[in-house]
Amino acid sequence: MVSAAERALEPASRSGLRVSLRRLYLRSEAIRAYSLLSPMLLVMLTMLVVPMIGLFILSFWTQIYFDLDRTFTLKNYIDIFRLTDKPFDFWADPFSALANPIYLKLLLKSIRMSLTATVAVVLLAYPMAYFLAFRVTRNKLVWLILITVPFWTSYLLRIFAWKVILGYQGVINSGLISLGVITEPLEFLLYNPTAVTITLAHAWAAFAILPIYVSLEKIDRSLLEAASDLGDTPVQRFFRVTLPLSMPGTLAATLLVFIPTVGDYVIPTLVGGTSGIMIGNIIQSLFGKANNAPLGAAVSIISMLVITLIACAFVWLVGFGRTRNRKAGA
Amino acid sequence: MSSRFRLDLLLLYAVVYMIFIYAPVLLLPLFSFNDSIYITFPLKGFTFKWYQEMANNPALLASLRASVEVGAVVAVVSTTIGLLAAKAITRYDFPGKTAVIGFISLPLVVPYIFLAIALLTIARKYLDIELSLWTIGASHVMACAPFAMLVLMSRLEGFDKNLEEASLDLGESAWSTFWRITFPLALPGVVASLLLCFTTSFDEYLLAAFLAGNESTLPIYIFSQLRFPAKLPGTLALGSCILVTSFVIVTFSEWLRRRGVQGKGVGI
Repeated sequence: MVSAAERALEPASRSGLRVSLRRLYLRSEAIRAYSLLSPMLLVMLTMLVVPMIGLFILSFWTQIYFDLDRTFTLKNYIDIFRLTDKPFDFWADPFSALANPIYLKLLLKSIRMSLTATVAVVLLAYPMAYFLAFRVTRNKLVWLILITVPFWTSYLLRIFAWKVILGYQGVINSGLISLGVITEPLEFLLYNPTAVTITLAHAWAAFAILPIYVSLEKIDRSLLEAASDLGDTPVQRFFRVTLPLSMPGTLAATLLVFIPTVGDYVIPTLVGGTSGIMIGNIIQSLFGKANNAPLGAAVSIISMLVITLIACAFVWLVGFGRTRNRKAGA
Repeated sequence: MSSRFRLDLLLLYAVVYMIFIYAPVLLLPLFSFNDSIYITFPLKGFTFKWYQEMANNPALLASLRASVEVGAVVAVVSTTIGLLAAKAITRYDFPGKTAVIGFISLPLVVPYIFLAIALLTIARKYLDIELSLWTIGASHVMACAPFAMLVLMSRLEGFDKNLEEASLDLGESAWSTFWRITFPLALPGVVASLLLCFTTSFDEYLLAAFLAGNESTLPIYIFSQLRFPAKLPGTLALGSCILVTSFVIVTFSEWLRRRGVQGKGVGI
């Protein structure tokens, strides 16, 4: 392949440094690949890596009113983890042991809410992906497009729709009142963690279907026939063949929903009220009104670290389970 | 008999699922024609006045213009660098390929709030860059370019590499091979990528909100309107227009993108 290109340019390559550089360029696939990749890598470097390093360094500085003190200190991290001087009851509330429990408490709460939403999303998406992969034969393109379109259309407006539905004078309340089911609007619908979880699950529903669908679609149909021929019932076949083979997609779907939802900021702001705020809101306020960017940076670093650890632990656990099964089977 | 029954149950589930996905969104257009300032049942009467109000709102039109400009620039830049990267990945073998793909896909798995504050930090605490539509656009390129690359990768994998080699063997230069063979064959993917990047940027709120200067984009404008109950119907009308437009754009680009490469396991 390379030599073909080279041969085409043979007459030009007589002598000179420029020409030999050109030959080197054409000969080495790696150099050609990286030069094509360079604009993309440059964007990622300047817009992702450098800012993250900047954020990391910022977390070791201190904010003094409107000035930044750029001397290295662990104060921000100590503030997050410092134990309280006051008496506390660890067993009643483990967070009462901390002097500033709000950060870790909110992080844990965000993880819990987003895990609930993720489990709901993946469980609801699986049958849909199964339907797409095994039942739809005609008009598959139409189904696929119908599922992908909400994935790309306005996130903000989809959340806005839920605010309209769940609001005090919203669709559910006014609908129930006009039907005569209730007389007073239900107040528990909006501005709480449940509203946030429902909205998260709806907003991210489309993200889970496609990875699961792709891994189901890849399953060799003759394996399914073999399982049936060897006497598996459809249910046995599903749990012994289909489900294990679709695990990579299901795993990808879980992480694709879990990781971004922990840090979601728009949903808790719009439908969460004061009880429904998540870690993203506290980070935003530290960078904004609270004017303590270094502490905000430290909270962000800890959050990203915890999210990464959870994701790695999850991948490791699933991988561990799979190898153990394989060994037991052998 | 039993398999017939199961098929219907799954189909029923699929239909209910689609209703769950679409119904909340469809409420916006429904109430945007409702002749009442409250978004409540029962519906009052049919009106166009919210749409008329919208057309006479200079702040809205200014942010619409800003969003279109940012979206167009972001779409072109992201698709260009995405196409180059997709060509490198699908055509060449090179060390560190998996790591490079993983690295470029990072913005897809890092929560936007962290990207937003990291960019804000670099712009304000280190470099003292004035926030403007340019900072919003730059952050959107970072967020959209991986999508563009993945969309174009599946397109480039879908056609025969031999066509490019034949062109090179027949004496075309690498540059004219790209324009005469690769680009025309990748064109549906390129158009799809342009449209998807445009809508992603056009709809993006979080990065835009953190990195905005004096000029706001449309999602920032909408977000600011959500606080005022009296302005909700106008926001509904605006939202309905955006929904219909993005629905048309996305449906067209998805159709373009999946038409050629159907059944080959197109991710995302």
